[in-house]
Amino acid sequence: MTTRIVELRRGILKKNDELAAGLRARFEGAGVLVLNLVSSPGTGKTTFLERTLRELRERGNRVAALVGDLETDNDARRLASSGAPVRQINTHGICHLDAEMVGKHLESWSLDGGGALGLSQLDYLFIENVGNLVCPSSYDLGERIRVALLSVTEGEDKPLKYPTLFNSADAAVITKIDLAGPCGFERDTALRNIQQIRPGIQIFETSAKTGAGMAEWLDYLAAARKAS
Amino acid sequence: MSQITRREAAAGVSSRAMHELSIAASIVEAVTEAAAGYPGARVSAVRLRIGALSAVIEDSLQFCWGVTTEGTPLASARLEVRILPVVVHCATCGVTAEIGVQSFHCPRCGAPALDLRQGRELEIESIEIDDPEPATAHAQEKQTL
Ligand SMILES: Nc1nc2c(ncn2[C@@H]2O[C@H](COP(=O)(O)OP(=O)(O)OP(=O)(O)O)[C@@H](O)[C@H]2O)c(=O)[nH]1
Ligand SMILES: [Mg+2]
Ligand SMILES: [Zn+2]
Repeated sequence: MTTRIVELRRGILKKNDELAAGLRARFEGAGVLVLNLVSSPGTGKTTFLERTLRELRERGNRVAALVGDLETDNDARRLASSGAPVRQINTHGICHLDAEMVGKHLESWSLDGGGALGLSQLDYLFIENVGNLVCPSSYDLGERIRVALLSVTEGEDKPLKYPTLFNSADAAVITKIDLAGPCGFERDTALRNIQQIRPGIQIFETSAKTGAGMAEWLDYLAAARKAS
Repeated sequence: MSQITRREAAAGVSSRAMHELSIAASIVEAVTEAAAGYPGARVSAVRLRIGALSAVIEDSLQFCWGVTTEGTPLASARLEVRILPVVVHCATCGVTAEIGVQSFHCPRCGAPALDLRQGRELEIESIEIDDPEPATAHAQEKQTL
């Protein structure tokens, strides 16, 4: 018997990376700006996204959303109240979305009763990931912009505890700032911690309840879309 | 991995180990695919290069590897994990250096370190296989995926 070493040098998540690259090319070809929203459970992704979808529609944009959830379709129903087409991805216990799930749901999604979702009829496609600060950071979904969200109620040191996620983000959103006072939120510490992990990142301070900070966020989206 | 990350892991094993479970499943898939090119051979070790910024905790991964491979042909395969520190290149002062995962700034001049040269790896470097018969398999040695 002989023992030998076979070099593989392949990414463990190679399949996902390849599928994501395919999706990214498709999104770019269709001219749709795709964003992947990631945070802990309960940070306010759905509430923030619902308001974003509504306000983008009011500004005349064509938007849609995919939402990942472990078991329920509650978030999809809440998002649909914005009037935008919304599709639920049930992960059945898996703690992140992957490129295959996104691809599959796009194939079978009809926007107007027939055919696959016309990506080229969209300006923005939002993907709400499963609430989790670890797993989603390793799975590329083909998005152009990864948004990390952090609420004022969950501690200013989250970026330091989960550097992988915050380092891989392209934009950061602080949610529920209407609760900053009651929660004793230390704004400077939070901003500093995010900048420490991801220097130069743009940070939006928002409340989906009062609408604070939403205008800056929507302007950022418009500028990002123009740049694509 | 930093102390903070490890403490976090201990505090939330169930949710955090899910990550390593998915990763272990992907390793099994890739190794099984590679080993199929060597019929009759047994995989005795799998060598990984894991970046410090990959959010993988080695202990959890070892545990999940055991769970995932139990009762399969990979059950006796060792998982050898090499953790790679984060390395950045500083565009301001030109240094290439290791940093921790708690502050992404140049260790020499303090400028923002945005150019990551190492630290995100999730890679299978090689597998070690035991061939029952040495003579026959050499033709396939260079076979790639
Ligand atoms: N006061 C206040 N509460 C908010 C705000 N945004 C969200 N919430 C509340 O926070 C809770 C969680 O919000 P969700 O939008 O469901 O959070 P999520 O991140 O989508 O949660 P998961 O999908 O389960 O990970 C709900 O009770 C919301 O009403 C906000 O801006 N201000
Ligand atoms: Mg939600
Ligand atoms: Zn420097």
